[in-house]
Amino acid sequence: MGKSINVSLIGNPNTGKTSLFNRLTGLNQQVGNYPGITVEKKEGICKLDRGLKAHILDLPGTYSLNTTSLDESIVVETLLNRNSKDFPDVAVVVSDIENLKRNLLVFTQIKDLEIPTILVINMADRMERKAISLDIDLMQEELNTTVILVSARKNEGIRDLKNAIANYKQLTSQPCVNASVIDVAYFDTLKKAYPNQQVYKLWLVITQDVNFGKLDRNRELDDLKQHKFDIKSEADLKKMQHKETVVRYQFINGLLKKVLTVDTAHAKDIRTRLDRILLHKVWGYLIFFAILFVIFQAIYDWSTYPMDWIDAAFASMSTWVNNVLPSGPLTDLLSEGIIPGLGGIVIFIPQIAFLFLFIAILEESGYMSRVVFLMDHIMKRFGLSGKSVVPLVSGVACAIPAVMATRNIEDWKERLITILVVPFTTCSARLPVYLIIISLVIPDQRILGGVFNMQGLTLMLLYLLGFGAAIFSAWVLNKILPIKRKTFFVMEMPAYKLPMFKNVAITVIEKTKSFVVGAGKIIMAISVVLWILASYGLGEQFNNAEAIVKEQYAGQNLSDQEMDQKIASHELEYSFIGYIGKGIEPAVSPLGYDWKIGIAILSSFAAREVFVGTLATIYSVESDGEEEQTIKNRMAAETNPILGGPLFNFASGISLLLFYAFAMQCMSTLAIVKRETNSWKWPAIQFLFMTAAAYFVALGAYQFLR
Amino acid sequence: MITTVADLKRGETAIIKEFDEIDVPLKLLEMGCLPGNRVTMMQSAPFKDPIYLDINGTHLAIRRETAVKISVEIHG
Repeated sequence: MGKSINVSLIGNPNTGKTSLFNRLTGLNQQVGNYPGITVEKKEGICKLDRGLKAHILDLPGTYSLNTTSLDESIVVETLLNRNSKDFPDVAVVVSDIENLKRNLLVFTQIKDLEIPTILVINMADRMERKAISLDIDLMQEELNTTVILVSARKNEGIRDLKNAIANYKQLTSQPCVNASVIDVAYFDTLKKAYPNQQVYKLWLVITQDVNFGKLDRNRELDDLKQHKFDIKSEADLKKMQHKETVVRYQFINGLLKKVLTVDTAHAKDIRTRLDRILLHKVWGYLIFFAILFVIFQAIYDWSTYPMDWIDAAFASMSTWVNNVLPSGPLTDLLSEGIIPGLGGIVIFIPQIAFLFLFIAILEESGYMSRVVFLMDHIMKRFGLSGKSVVPLVSGVACAIPAVMATRNIEDWKERLITILVVPFTTCSARLPVYLIIISLVIPDQRILGGVFNMQGLTLMLLYLLGFGAAIFSAWVLNKILPIKRKTFFVMEMPAYKLPMFKNVAITVIEKTKSFVVGAGKIIMAISVVLWILASYGLGEQFNNAEAIVKEQYAGQNLSDQEMDQKIASHELEYSFIGYIGKGIEPAVSPLGYDWKIGIAILSSFAAREVFVGTLATIYSVESDGEEEQTIKNRMAAETNPILGGPLFNFASGISLLLFYAFAMQCMSTLAIVKRETNSWKWPAIQFLFMTAAAYFVALGAYQFLR
Repeated sequence: MITTVADLKRGETAIIKEFDEIDVPLKLLEMGCLPGNRVTMMQSAPFKDPIYLDINGTHLAIRRETAVKISVEIHG
């Protein structure tokens, strides 16, 4: 195995950093999490000449090393901790030719940390069109480093970059700006207090928490704060940071004057013209809603076909297993527990993939920032930020990526509220529950002149209810949460770009994979546990079920099949799960449910989509595998044990729909919320608030409608 | 009366003057909002909030409450 070089990719958002990362690593990459926080950590391997390998870390986009968000905090942490295994041998700063001035800010900071740094200037293919010319040699001399022109989109300059990485030892670690001029006396005291440390690093550590809340850190310099030697007030430190930024821009302006020439006459910007339309007071909103409409249509229409294939494939797989394998508990576990459980996840792949496809395209193209711009004022009234729109929209796929998507909201209160209300949006896991209940209790009729299908309308109302609940609770939370707002909102409006196929494809594959693996583990475990609980029991009633039932129905002349059914049913009632179900029945019967639905709801607290699978498992254990009926027919045949009549009627159906619309039934989301808010307090509040709302709304609806 | 970024009309350009460092987020400075730089009002959303600016070639959006803190000088 060759030697591996640690490379960190750093740069402003929208510089094409991720495209470059994809160019360097191809599919040879993996996405994980930084320990303790849910910030995606993208790493990959890039092969260089002479058997060398580079381990490339794609750090989150950042405008500077002054921490103002969680993403930026990651970058700073990585660059400050020389003992970390991610500490770079060489930093590659990605900039884009049109925004060079702004992109160079973070470059000068990294250089001042005395880390060998390569400057990549991306989108070089636009230079000619934009009439930009650059004196690379002079720039290399002035910045004391290697400067490389690339075009990630056209795959140009990548070789040069790889060579520069391979030869990183030739780079100097000379700083380029002397930041201590902002307060010479103060920096002198720093130097004296820590003679072995590099002074700019000390400065970054001291200012790390000024603009951003505290994070748990374990680092070599942690004692810095405990010593309380820094006597500067927070306001003074902020002033110094402002001065530092000015000093850095002075350096950059001086540099660019020498090396860069732009013929402004050529600088016609398509962005301005597009923005005129896309941000228009009327057209802008119409276009946005039209795009949303197309996305939802596409998700439902296009996914139907692959979903039907998947459904059929899993059904025949169950049958095949039953036919081929010798009958016994293992085969039963496979055909009644694991395969239906797995099918319940795989069937979501088409929808999830389509949703991520659209979100990736909207983000890649730069349109997402325009949505944020359009929505900010409205969202602000509810205590949210324009940036909450992205999480709320992606919450329709899954609350987990949606909660992670809140990371770029600067204001902590707005971010927290967004995190707390996102799980109200109708995620794809609610969909199977909605679909099956709607098909049972809402008539398949057309109303209003045959235009609207009642079932489709109900589904749409449920989506609107989800958004409504999210917005309403945001408004309530904004009123009651005692957090002082430190609002500021700064958002770059990037140039429009044609999405790159490779980037979109990698996003879709990665996100879908993590959904399937994440949800898959839970569903698998639950279906196995459920199957065991439903198939085994203790005591006379369970072990002697056959004799007891035969005696009970003696003389009624039941057919063998009917008798088998009665026995299986009796066994289930006295299995472990039967006892649990009977235990919770008093709590759920006022909502119109029996104990089996109670069990299904209970298991849905792990993940909502388990509901249908649980009922499927319970019923198929009960049906004794004679003739596999569809789950829907079984549900329609169930009767209410107390009132008689169908168990799934209009009242109990609506009650169930409302329960699922409001209840916080997703362990994974709670876990993510815990990690993103760094405390159990918020997920606990979220869980209690949502579940209580669900219970009382469902109770009210059932009692009113029945 | 002091003219601020929030007072600019659409398409109008001005030069940024000094501003109170505490009220203006550092991030805005990092993106080029520095005294002496040129700022153009590109567009505003309904209710004039947020505001879309071109500051020295960087296109960005800020809220009105921040914009009123940045004073500018309009050249005839």
